[in-house]
Amino acid sequence: MTLAATTVAASGTPGFLSPTGVEIAFLLVGLVTLGAALVTVTTRQLVHAALWLVVALGGLAVEYLLLTAEFIAWVQVLIYVGSVVVLLLFGLMLTKAPIGRSPDADSGNRWAALTVAVAAAVALVWVVVDAFRATWIDLDGPAAGTTEVTGASLFRHWVLPFEALSVLLLAALVGAIVLSRKARADAGPAAPGKEGAR
Amino acid sequence: MHLAYPAVLSALLFCTGLYGVLARRNAILVLMSVELMLNAVNLNLVAFDVWLSRAAKETLHSGQALTLFTIAIAAAEIGIGLAIVLAVHRNRGTSDIDKLRDTAEGPDAAGPGTEGPGTPAAGKAEATA
Amino acid sequence: MTTITLAVLVPLLPFLGAAAGLLLGRTAPGFVRPLAVLPPLASLVLAALVAAREGGDAAVDAHTELTPTGSVPIELALHIDGFAALVAVLVAFVAACVQIYSTGYLRDDPRYPSYAALVSLFTSAMLLVVYSGDLIVLLVGWEVMGICSYFLVGHYWETPEARAASLKAFLVTKLGDVPFLIGLFALGAEAGSFRITRVLDAVASGGIDHPTVIALLLLAGVAGKSAQFPLHTWLPDAMAGPTPVSALIHAATMVAAGVYFTARLLPLFEASRAAMVVLAVMAAVTMAGSGLAALAQDDIKRVLAYSTIGQLGYMTGALAVGDRGAAVFHLLSHGAFKALLFLAAGVVIHAAGTNSLAAMSRMHGLRDRIPDAYWTMTVALLALAAIPPFSGFFSKESVLGAAEHVTSGHTGHAPGAAGWIVLVAGLFTAVLTAAYATRLWLLAFRGRGAEAPDHGRQPLTMTVVLWVLAVPSLAFGGLAYRALPGWFDGRDLTPTLLTSVLGTGLALVGGLLTYGAWQRTAALAARVPLGAVAAHPEEDAGLVEAEAIASHAPAYGDIAYAPDPADPARLLLGPLHRHAAAGFHLDAVYSALFVRPVQAGASLVRFLDREVVDTYVHGAAAVPRLLGAAVRRAQTGNVQTYVSALLAGTVVLVVAVLLVATGV
Repeated sequence: MTLAATTVAASGTPGFLSPTGVEIAFLLVGLVTLGAALVTVTTRQLVHAALWLVVALGGLAVEYLLLTAEFIAWVQVLIYVGSVVVLLLFGLMLTKAPIGRSPDADSGNRWAALTVAVAAAVALVWVVVDAFRATWIDLDGPAAGTTEVTGASLFRHWVLPFEALSVLLLAALVGAIVLSRKARADAGPAAPGKEGAR
Repeated sequence: MHLAYPAVLSALLFCTGLYGVLARRNAILVLMSVELMLNAVNLNLVAFDVWLSRAAKETLHSGQALTLFTIAIAAAEIGIGLAIVLAVHRNRGTSDIDKLRDTAEGPDAAGPGTEGPGTPAAGKAEATA
Repeated sequence: MTTITLAVLVPLLPFLGAAAGLLLGRTAPGFVRPLAVLPPLASLVLAALVAAREGGDAAVDAHTELTPTGSVPIELALHIDGFAALVAVLVAFVAACVQIYSTGYLRDDPRYPSYAALVSLFTSAMLLVVYSGDLIVLLVGWEVMGICSYFLVGHYWETPEARAASLKAFLVTKLGDVPFLIGLFALGAEAGSFRITRVLDAVASGGIDHPTVIALLLLAGVAGKSAQFPLHTWLPDAMAGPTPVSALIHAATMVAAGVYFTARLLPLFEASRAAMVVLAVMAAVTMAGSGLAALAQDDIKRVLAYSTIGQLGYMTGALAVGDRGAAVFHLLSHGAFKALLFLAAGVVIHAAGTNSLAAMSRMHGLRDRIPDAYWTMTVALLALAAIPPFSGFFSKESVLGAAEHVTSGHTGHAPGAAGWIVLVAGLFTAVLTAAYATRLWLLAFRGRGAEAPDHGRQPLTMTVVLWVLAVPSLAFGGLAYRALPGWFDGRDLTPTLLTSVLGTGLALVGGLLTYGAWQRTAALAARVPLGAVAAHPEEDAGLVEAEAIASHAPAYGDIAYAPDPADPARLLLGPLHRHAAAGFHLDAVYSALFVRPVQAGASLVRFLDREVVDTYVHGAAAVPRLLGAAVRRAQTGNVQTYVSALLAGTVVLVVAVLLVATGV
């Protein structure tokens, strides 16, 4: 910390110990987001996991707003909170996921997973802090991610990928339909035998 | 604002998602964890885009454009992923990842959920064991 | 055609006949009999022509280098002197007789084509040995005979006796062939050539440094091939083969090869007095022992087999006293009458349905069933017992005369001790020979008891051959003893008065003793019924013989022995009879000396292989298996485990890269 403080003092940028209001807000929302994410991956109740995911994603949308990326924030709310989580909830219901605490939500792999995740977190945090501890984002001035700015760059510079993305979405749509249809066609004639086997 | 705050948050979120992918048993929970990882990346992209658009006068806003693309692709991915999970659930009667072990050798593979299309492969594996 | 062309054709024709017979045997059965009979006949004519042209004059020599070897050259060489010419005639004659006889004897045998081809190959190999002027080419024929005898003795390979006998014949002769080969190489190295003429020149000029060692090494091979003590044990067991094969092996080919080889290289043996004494002792032991053993055998063919060994002992005895003329003279006359004896014995076995003399002695009227075999066999047995004027008398007297000549010690080429040994053993064997010949004749043809079974008329091919062979058995000796010295070394072969009187007198004594013993014991035959008869009136003789051989051990308890109190040999030999019947337990000695150590070694090796070597192999396999089990345990099929390992590896790698990049 002393090292960071001296570096900050040397470069003339504000130190970690004198945060602005935006930074405090960012930190608090970030803590909430991280907590919600941790609950999402550890809770034993499957539906609660999806709901905590909503909290985490919503927190991220707030972070985008704090970073002046308005359009991304609204897209985040619309697509993630509005559709993806709903899709996941549908998925949970369709796979007859148990409501309430299920004792086997985590596999036996959890300790290995924890080790890997903690190791990765330590490595990443170390690298990130080591690299960007003195970097300052100037949030004053015109917003970097208003709808106007985003739309201009998107439709000026990124038109072709944007159109290609639409093709990808179409393909994904068709693929999802085919997967579902095919499974249903298979399940039809084979269902009685399987039911008997089970 | 310090760039380290969003970067560290992004790294922690990513590792949380990583833990979820590795530790969760239900395939849909795994998908949720994948979403967490994707969002961590998105946060990184947005933060660096904002920083670069100020510091380097970068006008393409490639970070934000890429974030939008990632969100779109994530939506597509979640659709396909759920379709696959549903198909597996319909065929195997389970969406638990650690019960889908047809690639393993030995009698362990012949769990209660390995009837249907996986049975010939399991039988072959037992024959060679 | 020149003499050389004719001589080359003599071994070549049977060889081509054998090749054609083997190739066409299945596809063209009609050609098998002509292919079997005609080449030996043509060879006989050609060999007679060669002999007539050679006429006992200077030897015919021709040679062409076969292959450059870098050191001692190997040459395709002919060396035809009087010995070679006459022995070749004998070989071709006996082979032709055997082939003709076999067409009747193995009339219905399914393996006749291969049998006939092998007999032709055998004949060809022997003719090669006879005519060859090069020791390595001679060795080729020598070994081809070995393998042919293996196949032919094992013709009835369905029976365990035949399998064991063929293996034994092969292994025992090979036991002698190994030192023989070493001896040949040593001889070639010392003489600088494998050509027989050059070798003999080197011997004459004293160019051989170690004659005793070489002669003894060669003697081992001769003893194996010519069935001399102590390597004679394969010959009696070789009776498990068909009778014509026995006739061929015993009369003209295999066993004659050793004597003939020694006769050819006799100057080499004469160069070493020790070798001559060893040869004499070998001959004496062989003669006396085989005579006693022959007297005790129950199988008619085994009697003849031991008599062959004894007669070969006479030949080696003649060689031991340095008279190869006498040796080859006896070889020729013996070839004729021994072939006749075997072929006649085949007829007798067919007619009686048994090969056991004990069973035949309980049969009445066997001689009326087969008068041809009866009369010809009588002639041959008289020749065997050396009763004048049959051919065996002249040849055997020439051997005894030569031995008596050496005993005076005035000869330089042979030690006097060898002469005494051969003379005494020869006279003793003369008694035994007459005794077992008489016993064979009495038991086979003077049996009393039930009527002999009817096996129908014998085929004409078989009986005619008997009469053809009876002519030389009767007259060859008397006609030839004056003419032969011109063909051989020129030494006189006329019987001397002293040995003739002694030999004939002793033979008569042996015969009369046996007759007297038989008179006393024959009455017992009626009291002890004995015998088993294989009756197949419609089948050919070979099948009857195979069954008779196969049933001998179960019916009488032993392959060579029958518990028959009516046997005159029992009275004559007394307590010796049991040991003589077993061949003086030489097989047991061999079994203790060679078979059991080898088997013990084999079981030791088996133990080492199974328990020791395999332990290492299993140990070497166990470590990878354990590792494999460990690795397999990692392959759970759980995707999350795999991804965990993958990401853990990634983290480790990233950290490593960072550490390297930051230089910590």
